[in-house]
Amino acid sequence: MNIPLNIDWQQILLHLLNFAVLAGGLYWLLYSPVKAFLAKREAYYQNLEEEAQKRTEAAARMEQDCRQQMELLEEEIRVRRAEAQSELRRSIQAQTEEAKEQAARILADARAAASLERDKMMRSANQELSAMAAAAAEKMLLQAMALKAEGNPYDQFLRMTEGGGTDGSK
Amino acid sequence: MLLYRMLPPFGRNGKCVYEMKHKKQKLLLWLGILGVLLVGVFLTGSRGGGHGESIQTAMRDAVLHDVNRISLLGLKDVNPGLISAMLVTAVLLLAAALLRVLVIPRFQYVPGKLQLVLEEAVGMFDRMARSNSPHRNRFLGAYLFAAGTYIFVGTLFELFGFQAVTAGGASIALPAPLSDVNAAISLGCLSYLVILSGGAAGAGFHGVMATLKEFSLPISMSFRLFGALLSGLLVTELVYYYVQLSFLLPVVVGVLFTLLHALIQSYVLTMLTALFYGEVSEPAPKKEKKKKGRSAQA
Repeated sequence: MNIPLNIDWQQILLHLLNFAVLAGGLYWLLYSPVKAFLAKREAYYQNLEEEAQKRTEAAARMEQDCRQQMELLEEEIRVRRAEAQSELRRSIQAQTEEAKEQAARILADARAAASLERDKMMRSANQELSAMAAAAAEKMLLQAMALKAEGNPYDQFLRMTEGGGTDGSK
Repeated sequence: MLLYRMLPPFGRNGKCVYEMKHKKQKLLLWLGILGVLLVGVFLTGSRGGGHGESIQTAMRDAVLHDVNRISLLGLKDVNPGLISAMLVTAVLLLAAALLRVLVIPRFQYVPGKLQLVLEEAVGMFDRMARSNSPHRNRFLGAYLFAAGTYIFVGTLFELFGFQAVTAGGASIALPAPLSDVNAAISLGCLSYLVILSGGAAGAGFHGVMATLKEFSLPISMSFRLFGALLSGLLVTELVYYYVQLSFLLPVVVGVLFTLLHALIQSYVLTMLTALFYGEVSEPAPKKEKKKKGRSAQA
């Protein structure tokens, strides 16, 4: 059959055969290995990304845990601070009471000592007063006895005015 | 005064006058040589080739390949395009084998220049297959890579001007494989068969019918390739036929057009194949008319 444009079925088939050889060769030698490498590299970077993602998630979880632990610690610190404050308050109160008791005791002791001292002084004063009273009484008695011995007071006065002394001298 | 006389004279822009004169002399000499050569060219004859082939014969042979045929291992006289295709295949397979043995085993995760080129070549066709045919694309990607590479390298092949001896004993420069209508028909029909296989595998009977509906596709694909490459070949033949057109013009016609052809035709055929493949291999949507009707009634 005479086909226009010099179309030759045999040559078309030869071209097809040639292209089939080329396509197969290029697929096995170039396309497939390069694509496999691309897939491998993609998987590698995918793996890296997943690992990075996992690490990020782990870091986020760790941060969350740390935050929770911080909150627990803060709570514990708050509780302990409150306990310490109450303990301090109790201690202050106890010390205040002790100080008050001590002050009361000191005051009582001081009062007792003062009372003893006053008693002692009173006793001493009484003794001195008694001694003074006794001395005064003795003196008055001696004077009375001397007056009695010298006469009455009027005569004694006259002697004094005349003589100048009580003993009758001038 | 004596010192002033000893200094070389300077022009307006400060350059030495002697230097400027020297440059002018060189330019004039170069232009003179060019003129002599041009005159010689025009005087020695107005037709190239030296084999007395008329422009009509050259053009007709470029289209039909019925004069300058080459013997295929003594078995049959074939079009030069087939020899070119076989040479291109041999060169590509040799290059691929060398790359497979020497380059691919040394691929790094951070690529070098050659690795980047290879990755981009494979990745470009793979992406084209994935984006145009999301349902089925493994075979399509490999086919697009082979077809694109074949068209691109085959078109650039004519730039090298490899010589071959025809059955008649004349020497010709091997053309691009796809400037042979048989090569274009084979690639166009093969692309259509690939599309048909994709339709059958992806969407069954629906896919086959969708492909058969585009019955003009193999013809349009074949003759698009043939026409595009043939036009380039004809223009190149025409330009090189006349010696007067052989200055400066081949830089544009021979290199630039060929490069553009290589890029455009590779892109067009692979893109068309990928588009139609994706279209026919898409699974047919399930009919839900009854359910819709019931829901509408409800």
